[in-house]
Amino acid sequence: MRMTMIEAIQNAHDLAMGADDKVVVFGEDVGFFGGVFRCTAGLQEKYGKSRCFDTPISELGIVGSAIGMAAYGLKPVVEIQFADYVYPAYDQIVSEAARLRHRSGGDFTCPLVIRMPSGGGIYGGQTHSQSPESLFTHVAGLKTVIPSNPKDAKGLLLAAIEDPDPVIFLEPKRLYNGPFDGHHDKPIVPWKKHDLGDVAEDYYTTPLGKAEIVRAGSEVTILTYGTMVHVAQAGATEAGIDAEIIDLRTLIPLDTDTIEASVKKTGRCVIVHEATKTCGFGAELSALVQSSCFFYLEAPVTRVTGWDTPYPHAQEWDYFPGPARVAQNLKKVMEV
Amino acid sequence: MHKDPQPLSLHVPEPGCRPGDAPDFSDFIIPKAGEARKPALDASAQSMRDMAFSIVRVLNKDGKAVGPWAENLSVDQLKTGLRHMMLLRAFDARMLIAQRQGKTSFYMQSLGEEAVSCAFRMALKNGDMNFPTYRQSGLLIAGGYPMQMMMNQIYSNAQDPLKGRQMPILYSAKDYGYFSISGNLGTQYIQAVGWAMGSAIAGDTKIAAAWIGDGSTSASDFHAAMVFASAYHAPVVLNVVNNQWAISTFQGMARGEAATFAARGHGFGIPSLRVDGNDYLAVHAVAKWAADRARAGLGPTLIEHVTYRAGGHSTSDDPSSYRAKGEGHAWPLGDPIERLKTHLIMLGAWSEERQTQAETEIMDEVREAQKAAEAIGTLTSGKSSSSRDIFEEVYAEMPPHLVKQRKEAGY
Repeated sequence: MRMTMIEAIQNAHDLAMGADDKVVVFGEDVGFFGGVFRCTAGLQEKYGKSRCFDTPISELGIVGSAIGMAAYGLKPVVEIQFADYVYPAYDQIVSEAARLRHRSGGDFTCPLVIRMPSGGGIYGGQTHSQSPESLFTHVAGLKTVIPSNPKDAKGLLLAAIEDPDPVIFLEPKRLYNGPFDGHHDKPIVPWKKHDLGDVAEDYYTTPLGKAEIVRAGSEVTILTYGTMVHVAQAGATEAGIDAEIIDLRTLIPLDTDTIEASVKKTGRCVIVHEATKTCGFGAELSALVQSSCFFYLEAPVTRVTGWDTPYPHAQEWDYFPGPARVAQNLKKVMEV
Repeated sequence: MHKDPQPLSLHVPEPGCRPGDAPDFSDFIIPKAGEARKPALDASAQSMRDMAFSIVRVLNKDGKAVGPWAENLSVDQLKTGLRHMMLLRAFDARMLIAQRQGKTSFYMQSLGEEAVSCAFRMALKNGDMNFPTYRQSGLLIAGGYPMQMMMNQIYSNAQDPLKGRQMPILYSAKDYGYFSISGNLGTQYIQAVGWAMGSAIAGDTKIAAAWIGDGSTSASDFHAAMVFASAYHAPVVLNVVNNQWAISTFQGMARGEAATFAARGHGFGIPSLRVDGNDYLAVHAVAKWAADRARAGLGPTLIEHVTYRAGGHSTSDDPSSYRAKGEGHAWPLGDPIERLKTHLIMLGAWSEERQTQAETEIMDEVREAQKAAEAIGTLTSGKSSSSRDIFEEVYAEMPPHLVKQRKEAGY
């Protein structure tokens, strides 16, 4: 069945709630209204108010109460309306959810999924466009997942809900309706007309920690995730370079085997992400590649990222690392 | 007529007395024991508004239990209460010495506040969950948690249930209704509300108890907890332990020198009251009332326990550098152990001789547990937690990067 990413995420919630009555879903506007992006539409009606409900506007409250509920024995799946709003909950995520199993010697655990729309491309300015993944990947005890299409979004979300530990689930909001490739001046192909919008109706999981090679190639490896998976494909095509593109899907745990095998084959590596450059997840990937593939590298590892500035509003397309910037960097790497 | 604006100045709250001053509690209004009324279980916050400004007290100065909050606790229950408080005090005394002897890195005692946690625990049922701070060890002692296990944790020895990962006294004991303590103040308050919401969602009968100190009520976690508890009528008892001091900062800072901590509940429509935290009977009665409310589906209750931190904040703290000398002795609500002892003597069920004898027996009991714990090891000697355990339980299943790092570390 063809689904948008929103429908796939809604469907994953629906199946998880149907399969396990311990699964509860809450957040700002997620109950009656079904979420500002509609990812929880119809769940309250189907499963009742005590399993899908609205919360006060308090991210700290949402995550803090979810930790208590998880410790009780439920499996909360909570929504932060925009990733940009997660910071009031950061202490609860970092000092509490991430550490509960370890600090209590396994006495208490925290099976919890924190979903949040992330990334730019919607003229959201600095408060509706951020990509804060590295703030979570830096924290021991968290898993961080970023899908790039409806099929994976459903399978990864169900795997995240099954996972016994806290999972940060970042949803690139620019991909909700179609595979945006960075060409903002052109209409996108809706998921309903795209193969990756073909989502099985049954319950299935996509394992956390497994990357996917979305395009095989021989000249250079592109490590990317989220919206940039599609931007990278456009960039490689436009540069006319035979790039192997890896959609990491899960940042922690990271599929280092797939990364290393690819870079050892191509000898070149370009990392593409929307988030700011310095201390972004690309820095980790770059360190990993240089230490594990050093003798195979024919060019320096290169990062194509957002600038180290706040995310702008009117100048969005000069900030966003679009296909032209990807293509330009690919060409540069090939010249070495 | 326009006046020229005057320069503004910043008001910074300061306590009435500091070192060098005579201790002064003259502003502290203490209602007589027995004076506070006992509202119906389903009383609204509005109807008992005054109780956030009064103090529920049961034991009067003669040691008699008076007023509507005086319950019919049996002599055995009272003796058990006295024993719990004495155990906690003896335990604290031994562990303070152990810290000074270098057997552990750090310790925090409950001195002067024993009634709060010990009496409260007896009003809960097995299966209920506390989300404590570091000064409610009485919940474990009164809950029957083995003292040696507490010491194993304090010593981070080979039988520490937390495997050497946590600072001393940041216990976790799920089976004893004691949530893993965080060193980050206040975070547990909203978690307690979430746990209680979970119990309600599951159609369970268990309730939660949240704990926080006067100072940490300033943290946003406290306010989020109040919003959520009030919105969802969570079956939770919200405890604020006002022991007058947040390290060196007096309690007036956190409440802006206005109203009371209990009065914070009014803005959220939560029934709120204050209790004499050094009165075992009063704490027990108020705890029971609040727990019954939660269990009956009547929602949260805010309890401000008015008490005094008779010791330092921790072994790293010297209160003589910021508190007036003799302030502890001047504290008008007395000592919780002395007061319950006097009550038992007044009932004809106890004597000074038996108290002295009990002190010796209890100290022996604590020493025995200590000996057993030290036979396993302390932080600096014997068998300690394995460094291999650093890598375990970060996740349910160890991810490849941690397997690699553990190997690199040599385990």
